Amino acid sequence: MFGFGILSGLLVLPLVGAAFILTLRGDSEAARSNARWAALATTIATFILSLVAWARFDTATASFQLVESHAWLTETIRYKLGVDGFSMPLILLTTFLMPFCILASWESIGHRVKEYFVAFLVLETTMIGVFCALDLVLFYLFFEAGLIPMFLIIGIWGGKRRIYASFKFFLYTLLGSVLMLLAIMAMYWQAGTTDIPTLLAFKFASNLQIWLWLAFFASFAVKMPMWPVHTWLPDAHVEAPTAGSVILAGVLLKMGGYGFIRVSLPMFPEASEYFAPLVFALSVIAIIYTSLVALMQEDIKKLIAYSSVAHMGFVTMGLFSMNEQGIQGAMFTMISHGLVSGALFLCVGVIYDRMHTREIKAYGGLVNRMPMYAVVFLILTMANVALPGTSGFIGEFLTLMGAFRSNTWVAFLATTGVILSAAYALWLYRRVVYGELDKPALQTITDLNRREIITFAPLILLIIYYGVQPGPILDAFAVPTESLLNNVQAALATVKTAAVAAH
Amino acid sequence: MNPALTIPAFGPVLPEILMATGALIMVLFGAIRGERPGYAMNIIALALLVVTFVAVLMLPNERIETMGGSFVIDGFAKFMKALTLIASAGGVILSLDYMRREGISRFEYPILIVLSTIGMMMVISANDLIALYIGLELLSLSSYVIAAFDRDNVRSTEAGLKYFVLGSLSSGMLLYGSSLVYGFSGSVSFPAIATILQGNVGIGAIVGLVFVAAGIAFKISAVPFHMWTPDVYEGSPTPVTAFFAAAPKMAGMAMATRVFIDAFPGILVQWQQIIVFISIASMALGSFAAIGQRNIKRLMAYSSIGNVGYALIGLAAGTAEGVQGVIVYMAIYLAMTLGTFAVILGMRRGNVMYETVEDLSGMARTHPVLAFCLGMMMFSLAGIPPLAGFFAKFAVFNAAIEADLVALAIIGVVTSVIGAYYYLRIVKVMYFDEPAERYDAMPAGVKLVLALCSIFVVLFGIVPAPLVAAARAAASSLF
Repeated sequence: MFGFGILSGLLVLPLVGAAFILTLRGDSEAARSNARWAALATTIATFILSLVAWARFDTATASFQLVESHAWLTETIRYKLGVDGFSMPLILLTTFLMPFCILASWESIGHRVKEYFVAFLVLETTMIGVFCALDLVLFYLFFEAGLIPMFLIIGIWGGKRRIYASFKFFLYTLLGSVLMLLAIMAMYWQAGTTDIPTLLAFKFASNLQIWLWLAFFASFAVKMPMWPVHTWLPDAHVEAPTAGSVILAGVLLKMGGYGFIRVSLPMFPEASEYFAPLVFALSVIAIIYTSLVALMQEDIKKLIAYSSVAHMGFVTMGLFSMNEQGIQGAMFTMISHGLVSGALFLCVGVIYDRMHTREIKAYGGLVNRMPMYAVVFLILTMANVALPGTSGFIGEFLTLMGAFRSNTWVAFLATTGVILSAAYALWLYRRVVYGELDKPALQTITDLNRREIITFAPLILLIIYYGVQPGPILDAFAVPTESLLNNVQAALATVKTAAVAAH
Repeated sequence: MNPALTIPAFGPVLPEILMATGALIMVLFGAIRGERPGYAMNIIALALLVVTFVAVLMLPNERIETMGGSFVIDGFAKFMKALTLIASAGGVILSLDYMRREGISRFEYPILIVLSTIGMMMVISANDLIALYIGLELLSLSSYVIAAFDRDNVRSTEAGLKYFVLGSLSSGMLLYGSSLVYGFSGSVSFPAIATILQGNVGIGAIVGLVFVAAGIAFKISAVPFHMWTPDVYEGSPTPVTAFFAAAPKMAGMAMATRVFIDAFPGILVQWQQIIVFISIASMALGSFAAIGQRNIKRLMAYSSIGNVGYALIGLAAGTAEGVQGVIVYMAIYLAMTLGTFAVILGMRRGNVMYETVEDLSGMARTHPVLAFCLGMMMFSLAGIPPLAGFFAKFAVFNAAIEADLVALAIIGVVTSVIGAYYYLRIVKVMYFDEPAERYDAMPAGVKLVLALCSIFVVLFGIVPAPLVAAARAAASSLF
């Protein structure tokens, strides 16, 4: 319609839902219920639409598909959307997780219900926008726009220190991103366009690449988050409502990794190679240090937040090993971590809704009263420590293999992180679920209700399915990975030939 | 009879003539009618502004000099005059209800607004230093009076007096600088100055340039000549503050652009350093000093200082891209500032106006629509996409990067992050804090301004091209 395709539909649909919720009058129980159902219907419709997009998607080609392009800011800075094998799975992850976020907020959000769902739906639009934007200015626009709803979600519906956490989240990520904006402008004046497919073929001068890479790195590293700029994440996670944490861990963190794949690696191959040791060092520190920090946490959400930082360390390590296993493993880890950590935060939400505390000390012996919950939590814990048979294993194994090919010491050190992750995750499980049920407050705690079972069942099935059958996901980005690596190698080879010729 | 004495072309000056005639008729009408309640004078002023707006739009686009070369119109002048007229109209609409309720609804107010608008239009079209000075004085003298318009209020009279004393000083500096420039170039006409002052000019002309820059910096409240701004903004009646934050800023930035680009293009390296310095200083002061403010009008004063700093980034670039950035920035800033002041004017219970940031607390629950509008204004002022303010910042920073002013751009984005803190604080107070009592219903005029500004700010990102293209055309007329 008017040249707008299915991707525009994915962007507009949540906004339509949000607009509908805004038109609901009053704050009666009926209006709240309508808002919930409208939000659920919208997210499910969006998910179905994304499945339609997936059905039309051809995994055999590395080029951008479902492309639509319209003049926007100027003739050269365009409203251009499209997907390839890297972005399509992440869009599906986003649309898939959203209905669960709505379900998780069904009862736990008691005040300002309409605003809450409006914020979530707007957030969904911005997240999908990041993954399908094919113009850097448009990419930046969606990348930043997500801050507004997330700021409100943490600040209005968050925990005790929500104001501190929301400000920290906002200002931290904003400071990282503004440098990226300047880099985008510099690229515009160099290449005369901000069109991503054109820029992918453009060769930037070597010394310029270094600066551009650093500016993008400032933004993606904060978003990722990489050590040492990860400190906003535990605060934001702890204070955010359950669904906010799910989206934060499940999707928002993936924007950093996606940015590396979409911009840093293919557009600045020389700089990426130059800085790879730095990224390796930061990744390894993140894996080991944040795992150790996670061991010492007394707050369940904070523990999972630190474990997210450690897993993102695997992602960056895999990406910058710049070989097939590394990049595929990183992509797979992102998808898998989106499912696993999202589900883990939902898990924490279940007991938080009942007890209103996230202190590990307040729990213990839950298996006695919540057998089903114990099973769910166990499977997710195992997926988090990357037990073979769960999706977490595939990703970590591939990234470690990629890192091993690139630098054995990095792989060696990162592997210790696997052991540490088992330590903190199992210890957490031991303290929360096993043991005597001797806390008086826990005596009446109830097991999962039907809504919660519906929420967890698909997530767990997918985590196990992709642990056994990783093919469907890996196939999606196999071809683009190959083409990305070919282009990077070609670019590096020309530089080396030129350097040899100059001597 | 002297054959050289020909009648100049009046066509290009038609908008100014219309305004001046209208103002004189208004004085007569007001004097005959006396002090009577009602909005008759305001409506006449609004009608006059609308008619003039149409007249401005009907001007030709190409550059025409008239009045012996002291008056010029081009695409740039057209665009900036249109913006100024919108700002003045906004100022009049916002004042309607306020002046009546405060009991200071006198017929002089709309006349003074019209007179000061004529001054602004003169300034925008001035093509020599004399015309510039005359326009500026008309603008300033009218402004001093309306700052003190609530004449029984100590704060308002203090604001007027302070504005007058400091304003006179700056006018003196501008005049002194003009005389030096005239002395060292031999002409007051901008094109003539531009042809004479090229390359390596003497120290005298540079000193003159610095004094001219100082006078201009005062008018646009750029650091280090910003000291009057917080006091005047806080003390003046709120609609007057809204007017000050909008209209004279448009004219001031247009004047700065015209003077530096038209009169001193040959010594760009000399004035570029000055503009870069005051731009950085304004952005930094605007960001840091606003953090501690409790009075929201004072906070907006610092915000306007910061915003002038960002707009000056475009001027510092000294390119067509840069001027385009200035125009886009000012157009979007106009909507943001008028919208914000519309909300501030809505903070009233009975006869008391509330002015502190804390008075906004919990507004998201008592006045969800108002809070949403102000929240969007704040995010927009902080430069967060997809709101209009992002595109404003994008335009100026893009120009700075093109002109290789990378350090300036980096300092600019960093201060914008610092500035985001205090804009967020307002959002926080409205959305995260517990609600206070409800405010009275907003007057219709204020509602209208707020609605238009909010629609512009929120939806600008969907179709940004028309404004950007118009700004590009306007900017190219200077080069």
